[in-house]
Amino acid sequence: MDLSLSPRHQAFREEVRRFLAEHGHKAPRGHRGDHVAWQKLLIEHGYAARFIPREYGGYGAPPDILEARIIAEEFGRAQVSPGLQGQGVSMLVPTLLEVGTEEQKRRFIPPTLTGEMIWCQGYSEPQAGSDLASLRTSAVLDGDHWVVNGQKIWTSTAREADWMFALVRTEPEAPKHEGISFLLIDMRTPGIEVRPLVDMTMEANFNEVFFTDVRVPKENIVGRRGEGWRIANLVLRHERGSLADPNAMMARLLALIDLMKAERVDGRRAIDDPVLLDRLMRIEGRVQALRANDLRLLSAKVNPDHGDPRVGLAGLLVKLETTELRHELEGLAVDAMGEFGILYDRSPELRAGGTWVRSWMYYLGLIIGGGTSQIQKNIIAERGLGLPREPRTARP
Amino acid sequence: MDFGLSPEQRMFQESLGRHLAEASPLEVVRQARQPSFDPNRLVPGLAALGVAGLLVPEAHGGLGLGVLDAALAAEMLGRAAAPAPFVAAFVMAPLALALAGSPEQQAALLPKIAEGRLRVGAAFAEQVAARADAGVEVVQGRLSGRALFVLDFAADAYLVASRDGGLWWVEAGASGLERIPFSTIDTTRRVGELRLAATPAEPLPGASPAVLRRIIDAGRVVLAGDTLGAAQHMLEAAVDYAKTREQFGRPIGSFQAVKHMCAEMAASLEPCRAFLWYAAHAQDALPEEAALQAAHLKAHVAEVGTRLAKTATEVHGGMGFTDLLGLHHWFKRIAWNRQMLGSPEQCRREAARLRGLAA
Ligand SMILES: Cc1cc2nc3c(=O)[nH]c(=O)nc-3n(C[C@H](O)[C@H](O)[C@H](O)COP(=O)(O)OP(=O)(O)OC[C@H]3O[C@@H](n4cnc5c(N)ncnc54)[C@H](O)[C@@H]3O)c2cc1C
Repeated sequence: MDLSLSPRHQAFREEVRRFLAEHGHKAPRGHRGDHVAWQKLLIEHGYAARFIPREYGGYGAPPDILEARIIAEEFGRAQVSPGLQGQGVSMLVPTLLEVGTEEQKRRFIPPTLTGEMIWCQGYSEPQAGSDLASLRTSAVLDGDHWVVNGQKIWTSTAREADWMFALVRTEPEAPKHEGISFLLIDMRTPGIEVRPLVDMTMEANFNEVFFTDVRVPKENIVGRRGEGWRIANLVLRHERGSLADPNAMMARLLALIDLMKAERVDGRRAIDDPVLLDRLMRIEGRVQALRANDLRLLSAKVNPDHGDPRVGLAGLLVKLETTELRHELEGLAVDAMGEFGILYDRSPELRAGGTWVRSWMYYLGLIIGGGTSQIQKNIIAERGLGLPREPRTARP
Repeated sequence: MDFGLSPEQRMFQESLGRHLAEASPLEVVRQARQPSFDPNRLVPGLAALGVAGLLVPEAHGGLGLGVLDAALAAEMLGRAAAPAPFVAAFVMAPLALALAGSPEQQAALLPKIAEGRLRVGAAFAEQVAARADAGVEVVQGRLSGRALFVLDFAADAYLVASRDGGLWWVEAGASGLERIPFSTIDTTRRVGELRLAATPAEPLPGASPAVLRRIIDAGRVVLAGDTLGAAQHMLEAAVDYAKTREQFGRPIGSFQAVKHMCAEMAASLEPCRAFLWYAAHAQDALPEEAALQAAHLKAHVAEVGTRLAKTATEVHGGMGFTDLLGLHHWFKRIAWNRQMLGSPEQCRREAARLRGLAA
């Protein structure tokens, strides 16, 4: 047990702090500000895309998990945007680095890193949600092109996106997990129609995407035909890790404490209500547990010969536990405000722009998205505890 | 940076686990409720493994290790529901002597503790949450009053915290001392009341509020470790049962209702392990966080453990409710740990105070 950092890492932390003190004011806040300029500045200094090779537009430092952690911690502490976190950067880039061709890496990674090429993830379909492998959108080879027909749904940021990474069925005769391929689709191709879907926050964060004879160049397949399921699972691993950062949760908890100090009912601050305070402390205890769990996972990555047999289980539970806890944390803020908690939109008397109640709803979405809590429990029970697998139904 | 157990710590846990599997199988756990059972029966074996001297400095014949090592031992004891003294006798007492004892007291008492020849109970309940008519006063160097829920009660001597924040050594045979054992749902550990009437006692000269705090916090971490181990045992029992028990022609673990109960237990319990490591390490190395971590850990692990104990019992159906299976010993161990040295609500109140959020 040794939580100290090496002198090199301590110096690195100082370096990050100096950068933040000097440049932090330029960071975009929320939707405002120049995200691309900020992202480029971060890459130039090595605080975004740090470990991605220079030839693909990254900073090119040798991989160092602790450096990545220090950057995340310091940006979180300073409440400065750590740069792009979208599905392109967090999911597609790692996938291309692992299985993309040289040509694909050079073409797609650099503009994705700077935010000049925005991606959406086209996996889910109306009939294929939790049972993703039953997806039907088809791609048929016609000369030098794949011809895509079908429909995706729940596609976040499809309207803003320049490109989609999609799962399509290319081998209709193969068993369902072996007939899927991973395709990169230009969203400006004729035959694509995007229809916004309003979610419960009343924003249109996701969409339906329809494909009618959409022609995609043959070389836009990632990996080989029929390998899409395996490749998608590489990406899902990245997604599940990125949904839930306990350091972000801690920052949110501190904001909740500020809120509970400011909010008064009958002349009493919310924080002085013993029931609310107990709920707050209960959540803080759970946040502490998940932070320690996160430290354990980090340490196991840094020290490959950690000899920690249960660390796999410690990783499987993260998506379930963090999204559920975050939803509760945001919900406590709503309760602490009482009637004011449910004010929304542009209402008079709105607190903090309505962000608490929006975030409370948004995290319900994250409990469902990226593999529902029930699916997470299946995974924990089957892979983590060795309980019998779900009986599989007949192949489509 | 290395947040995890050392190979030595893992080996220590394994060998203690093997020892307890032999020395404290279910028959022994059951026997602990008999009046004839010697509550210190397991002590020589534990002392031989170094468990009694974990926190005793090397200069006094112990291993000179930290609260983390004690928490790891507690985990194994909880896992076996071992009927043995630990939290007071081998954690709070040696820590108190090491922190506040005079050189003479240390030299006289610590080696005997490490050898398992001196069993010490701890009377701290009034420092955590005092009941109206309980508490110990000092009058002319003698102690009077009542101390409730004295831990590891079957002892040769007691460490008593007085109302003014002093720490006192009281021999079991001292004059004016009456010992009243309690019966709790958990028959694997002994608690009781000390009634003192002008009882002679020896002060520990280094006692201070900060020392008391550290002793209680170490106790809390160790009880959380015990709950972690007990809950791990219950989870494993439930998962094994779910794999083998069949109904409707299938193992019950293939029913999603049961599978999800198991997943929820595992998902809530596993982070407690890292939390225990962190909070225990804080006692040894991060003084500014130590009290807050101990309070949060004690509360959180108690909540997770209580829920898990209920769920694991349910997975076993009617069998879970029987004495025949014996799972209830672990259920009760967890329930006992929850209340001692601060209930979850109490610990969270303290956490709020430590965070500056409450008066
Ligand atoms: C905010 C948000 C953003 C999203 N963004 C994207 C995106 O960008 N790209 C994309 O491709 N998809 C996206 N999704 C889709 C998401 O991955 C799916 O919604 C999710 O996998 C669930 O599928 P479903 O909606 O079809 O629900 P269903 O699979 O129909 O599930 C309905 C209910 O049945 C339960 N259930 C289903 N199967 C089982 C089982 N085997 N055992 C137990 N319970 C089961 C589920 O847990 C759930 O409670 C997003 C979803 C949300 C909410």
